[in-house]
Amino acid sequence: MAKNTTPVPEKDTLQELNNPLNRRSFLRYTGAGVAVSALLLAGCDDDDDSMPNTSGSVNLGTGDVGILNYAYALEQLEAAFYTQVVAHTAFSTTFPSALERSILTDIRNHEVAHREFFKAAIPAASRIQDLTPNFSAVNFSDRASVLATAKTFEDLGVAAYNGAGKLFTDTGNGLTYLTLAGKIVSVEARHAAEIRDLISNGDFAKGDSGIIAGRMIVDSNGLDVALMPSEVLQRAQPFIKETIVATGLPTQ
Amino acid sequence: MNIFNVIKEIEKVDPEVFERLDPRRNVFKHFAGFGKKLAATAVPLAFGSMLNKAYAQTGSNTAIVEVLNFALTLEYLESEFYKQAVIAAPAVGANAAAQGALTLIRDHEAQHVAFLRTTITSLQGTPVTFTAANFDYTARGAFADVFTNYGTMLAVAQAFEDTGVRAYKGQAGNLVASNAVLQAALQIHSVEARHAAHIRRMRRDVPTIAAPVKPWITLKDRGGLPAATQPIYDGEELTTQATVNIIMNANGINITAEAASEAFDEPLTKDQVLAIVTPFIR
Repeated sequence: MAKNTTPVPEKDTLQELNNPLNRRSFLRYTGAGVAVSALLLAGCDDDDDSMPNTSGSVNLGTGDVGILNYAYALEQLEAAFYTQVVAHTAFSTTFPSALERSILTDIRNHEVAHREFFKAAIPAASRIQDLTPNFSAVNFSDRASVLATAKTFEDLGVAAYNGAGKLFTDTGNGLTYLTLAGKIVSVEARHAAEIRDLISNGDFAKGDSGIIAGRMIVDSNGLDVALMPSEVLQRAQPFIKETIVATGLPTQ
Repeated sequence: MNIFNVIKEIEKVDPEVFERLDPRRNVFKHFAGFGKKLAATAVPLAFGSMLNKAYAQTGSNTAIVEVLNFALTLEYLESEFYKQAVIAAPAVGANAAAQGALTLIRDHEAQHVAFLRTTITSLQGTPVTFTAANFDYTARGAFADVFTNYGTMLAVAQAFEDTGVRAYKGQAGNLVASNAVLQAALQIHSVEARHAAHIRRMRRDVPTIAAPVKPWITLKDRGGLPAATQPIYDGEELTTQATVNIIMNANGINITAEAASEAFDEPLTKDQVLAIVTPFIR
């Protein structure tokens, strides 16, 4: 340290020591990243806190699999929502346009595909249970209510993937998951644009984010919203009966 | 565009780029706490100053500047296109909403040009400058009436946007060394996808065009675009993800091959992207 000609303020040094980012450096430098991921995937993680429990809370778990469970939870929510929209007895009167019905049916199919993908990709031993949606605040017979909820879910989904990409480990399975998340997020963004256009044509990449008060969905730097899991879950929780516990997720 | 490709290209001329950007070693540590501030900060400036820290004192920026100038060329390609499209839009029959959309997208592309120019200048390089004359938006005649026919104009826009979305993907692995840059790139990427969806909607909704497209890409369908654009869509027809077959019946909901392909966008390699844009550059 004595030879360090560019002294680092003590405060910064302490911060760096406490920085969870070092988790990733550690894995990288020890080459353990892949091994750890593989263990989690093989279901050898004996931490059972991601299993369903009877108290009505669901713990997403830890590491890459925790992030996958997080995505799985959101996709469950979206799939359940659009399934209910399309199956509702008033669907064809709420949405008299055949084109709009076909759009919503497409989106339902995509969200179901996403949900089923995560369900198949996450080992059963680590996978969260089926969640129970709470759509009591949604009027499924009202076009505006359905579209406003859809806008919230889609923008929130984009923000969630945008914010979670960096939480995967840097190598091995973590990279694979990042690529897959990237394949999904642009489809969510296409959904978000279309839903916004259904509400007001031309709002595909502008206007209120609807998920952060006072913020535009695309800011003056051309950036979409990115949110950390705790912020996303705070906004999604009212739509889910179980309490989602995300305390085990990586934070950086 | 296209922080992903910029860094990947820099890596070809400077294999140590990630070492330079690595927060745990040298340059990037100056950006401690950077990620939290980034949402409220200009990414162009942040990225520019990052590259500047990495290279400004190395004295051999020529190769890096070349890479950035190549990226800038591609940004000009898009930016100049939308500039002309906005001007031509009223004459070819675009309504007010369509003109607003084209203007919004034009502004985003212009921001990207400004960003790269700033970055290059900060490296003591000279940014290339292009005008409309440098580009052939007919793509060697494939879109001969690009600025006099609204349908053709939107077809080219769709080609650019769908290419842009796919170009971003698969490069994420090159950015994991920096959480801040990875997140910023994802934030730009989803905006490109919003553009793509809206341009497709515009093609669908104009009665005289009525393109058979959705806001998402179905299989490898190019939605009525000329055959020359097929490379933009090849590979999109994937229906298996990470060994999971997406074609299935889930509790009575039938996921067809069409839906399975729509639910996931696929990456393009840089060489594929180059092949796609080359006909547009004189």
